[in-house]
Amino acid sequence: MSSIADQIAGPSASDAAATSAPAITLPAAGERELRLDLFRGLALWLIFIDHLPPNILTWFTIRNYGFSDATEIFIFISGYTAAFVYGRAMLESGFVIATARIMRRVWQIYVAHVFLFTIFLAEISYVATNFNNPLYSEEMGIMDFLKQPDVTIIQALLLRFRPVNMDVLPLYIVLMLFLPVILWLMKWRPDVSLGLSVALYAATWQFDLYLSAYPNGTWFFNPFAWQLLFTFGAWCALGGAVRMSAILSSPITMWICFAYLLAAFFVTLTWHLPQLNFLMPKRLEQWMYPISKTDLDVLRFAHFLALAAITVRFLRKDWPGLKSPWLRPLILCGQHSLEIFCLGVFLAFAGHFVLAEISGGAGLHFLISVVGILIMSGMAWVISWYKNSADKNAKKKGAVGNADMAGGG
Amino acid sequence: MKSNPVMILGLTLIAGLLAVAPVRAEEAPANCEVPAYLLTSESKLPKVETAIAGDRRLEILVVGSRSSSIPSSEASAYPGRLQAMLKEALPKVAVNVSVELQVKKTAEEVAGGLVKLVELKKPTLVIWQTGTYDAIRSIDPDDFRAGVEDGVAALQKAGVDVILMNLQYSPRTETMISAPPYLDNMRVVAQQHDIPLFDRFAMMRHWSDAGDFDLSSTSHGPDLAKRVHDCLGRALSKFVIDAAHVNPAQQN
Repeated sequence: MSSIADQIAGPSASDAAATSAPAITLPAAGERELRLDLFRGLALWLIFIDHLPPNILTWFTIRNYGFSDATEIFIFISGYTAAFVYGRAMLESGFVIATARIMRRVWQIYVAHVFLFTIFLAEISYVATNFNNPLYSEEMGIMDFLKQPDVTIIQALLLRFRPVNMDVLPLYIVLMLFLPVILWLMKWRPDVSLGLSVALYAATWQFDLYLSAYPNGTWFFNPFAWQLLFTFGAWCALGGAVRMSAILSSPITMWICFAYLLAAFFVTLTWHLPQLNFLMPKRLEQWMYPISKTDLDVLRFAHFLALAAITVRFLRKDWPGLKSPWLRPLILCGQHSLEIFCLGVFLAFAGHFVLAEISGGAGLHFLISVVGILIMSGMAWVISWYKNSADKNAKKKGAVGNADMAGGG
Repeated sequence: MKSNPVMILGLTLIAGLLAVAPVRAEEAPANCEVPAYLLTSESKLPKVETAIAGDRRLEILVVGSRSSSIPSSEASAYPGRLQAMLKEALPKVAVNVSVELQVKKTAEEVAGGLVKLVELKKPTLVIWQTGTYDAIRSIDPDDFRAGVEDGVAALQKAGVDVILMNLQYSPRTETMISAPPYLDNMRVVAQQHDIPLFDRFAMMRHWSDAGDFDLSSTSHGPDLAKRVHDCLGRALSKFVIDAAHVNPAQQN
């Protein structure tokens, strides 16, 4: 019955346990979990497509077939890989060193976010000066914040002012800031830590915890709720997945997951085909809606769990396809997630801009999506090539390998 | 069950293609046709029905923000067009559409004053267009929903029929204004209170996708606005007549 456990945590989980702290287990170093890279790459592509205006490719993104979407995959895998990389650092070099390295990573993400914000400012300023259609005189009110650039920029630096589609990185920054605490707790008692995380999630719903935003409202992704997915990812990476293997390999789990995914699919079908709406019981609608993305609705979380359970069951770690050149672009993108994520946000901005400037219809739309994905893959390939050759040079000089290079966080 | 990712992928692709098919079929080349499902609602307008069939008087009040008007050509905005189209469709009914613009106010702020407006104008039907200003100010979607709910409940208590109208589709500001949470919440309130929702956003997006209008145009003139509002007024008149269960032929 060890096959599922092997798939999840790598064949040498037991060897690693011998050398690490008693509470958590880490898979062997060196062996990359290509499935994680694959699905993070997929999440990055889907996030890019979802950020573009709807087009044919949008129909291939998972949010059309169920409650959860690419964000869940991205945050979960980020929690998983971050715990994997920095958890090892914490075991090997101690809390302080690991924390310092995590903070360095946080700084990188922060700088990336500020860079994207600058591009956004350029775009919005362009629209403000060139676009003045009476049909949209009200919508142009969004430009009012340009009248107070000092306040806006400072609020953006404080992560309180965030343009549309720029909500994921601030969430990621906050989650990474708390990663040292999460890892430290996990080292002590992984299950208790996960329990605390669930308790915080429950408290968020019960007491309506949130982070306020500027000029109004709250963070689009509430970190108090979304930490559950991140912590759950960390917990799985640090041995939780192995301990869950009995549950994951049970056929009952599989059928429950299939049933839930199917039910979610039918519900989402009624969103796209309003003609089917009469099939939905009013009671169910009133109980279910709205399905909060901000607070990571339980329905979304459960949908992600079902998808993940089915995926680890049917897509084995040793599936030869993972090494095929066709999946290589996805895996490369997943391995350089921060760079590719930022590039994706930028390309989505650029795509919107091109679509607004040239009204080319569905064909152009499709072309932009495909070109964007090609650029993302090409960039991932270049980064990977550069890092490989830099690593080789570093090895010649006898430098120590860098865990960040292994795609940490 | 051995793993079979290829089959799963294939099924996903087929599902995707199936999902695309009905959407493509809807695309009509005509200048501003609206898919039928956007013009009907499960929810009814019983008071409008009796007003048309019995009293032969229909007083409609549009409460909206700046996107319910066209600067310096008010008569061409959709409320004016709605009045013209309803009069045309229901020649024996005295139709009057008045507009109350609540500029730069959130749904919550507008909701508080709705009952007073109803007492003043005594309409049969209130068309409440909202959401844009809340989206611009990124008001907490929960607060927005509470505001819309309060307003709708107050209107229903005051004994008028209500139609909610959502945001405009605005491709130029899509990366700056996040419409989806506000669209979703208006849909929820409409469902919960069993009132029709006029999906302006979906219609305008449909026209944009079908190539009827270039909504990204940088033109500064009022021409585009006038044509879009004319189409909105036309669609809205059909929507009202449909939800009121009135057969225009019988009224003539």
